[in-house]
Amino acid sequence: MSALGFAVVAMIILGSALFVVRAQNLIHAVLWLGVTLLGTAALYAQLNAPFLAGVQVLTYVGGVVTLMIFGVMVTRRHEGIAAEARSAGADRAFVFASALFVVLALVTWRNPPVITATAPIATSADLARALLERYLIAFEVLSLLLLAAIVGAIVLVRRKDPEPVQTPAGEPAALRAHASEVTP
Amino acid sequence: MTLSLCILLASALLAIGAYGVATRKEAVPLLLSVELMANAANILFASFGHFRGGPAGQIFVLFALAITVAEVAVGLALVMLIYRRHGDTALDLASEARQ
Repeated sequence: MSALGFAVVAMIILGSALFVVRAQNLIHAVLWLGVTLLGTAALYAQLNAPFLAGVQVLTYVGGVVTLMIFGVMVTRRHEGIAAEARSAGADRAFVFASALFVVLALVTWRNPPVITATAPIATSADLARALLERYLIAFEVLSLLLLAAIVGAIVLVRRKDPEPVQTPAGEPAALRAHASEVTP
Repeated sequence: MTLSLCILLASALLAIGAYGVATRKEAVPLLLSVELMANAANILFASFGHFRGGPAGQIFVLFALAITVAEVAVGLALVMLIYRRHGDTALDLASEARQ
């Protein structure tokens, strides 16, 4: 675990993160986020967590970034104009973010964390065993959460069904119109 | 690479994400900035897990990943709703939700 590798990865992560928050083109911002997440995957690999690196590339870079690009494309009119990302209040936000970083860095500097290794570094097999034994309940609850999120997202974006118009015969008019289209 | 350096990296990433959340006025870039902040938390979990050993840190990252993906799905659904209603995704338009 070389210091040089860590420095390079940290530079990649922070630099691309700056581009994410400063880019004027929305698509570029999403792609820079992909670079940040790839850098994070490299950091995970340096931290002896190769499984995490793989999952990060699969779900984040493959899933979230794609989803975000869909989100940008669906909510924009693409008529040759760049999808601009508006920003405002940059000065105050810069002061706020700098203060946040300075406070966190000071706390870390004054009280350097003392941590002792209590167990060998977990391999992927250890991860699987822990996930399906000790953390089984949380794992299952998480799958319920994902299901709820999917159902919630679908319910939110789905358009309302057209109200069925009752005809005097009691048969919904929409059905009858549809049937007449099928059998002319 | 020490734990302090990892914490500093995560703090810087968190600050950058907070800057983005404070400046962006549209929904999708705001979601991107929130992703940055969540990523900073994941880096912390992974580095503590690395220096302490054992699977707990990595397990936390896996759970946080899944939760973040769910959050992105619901967030993008809300973005779609705002866009369908107003034809734009500026978040000021969503202030009517207070009423």
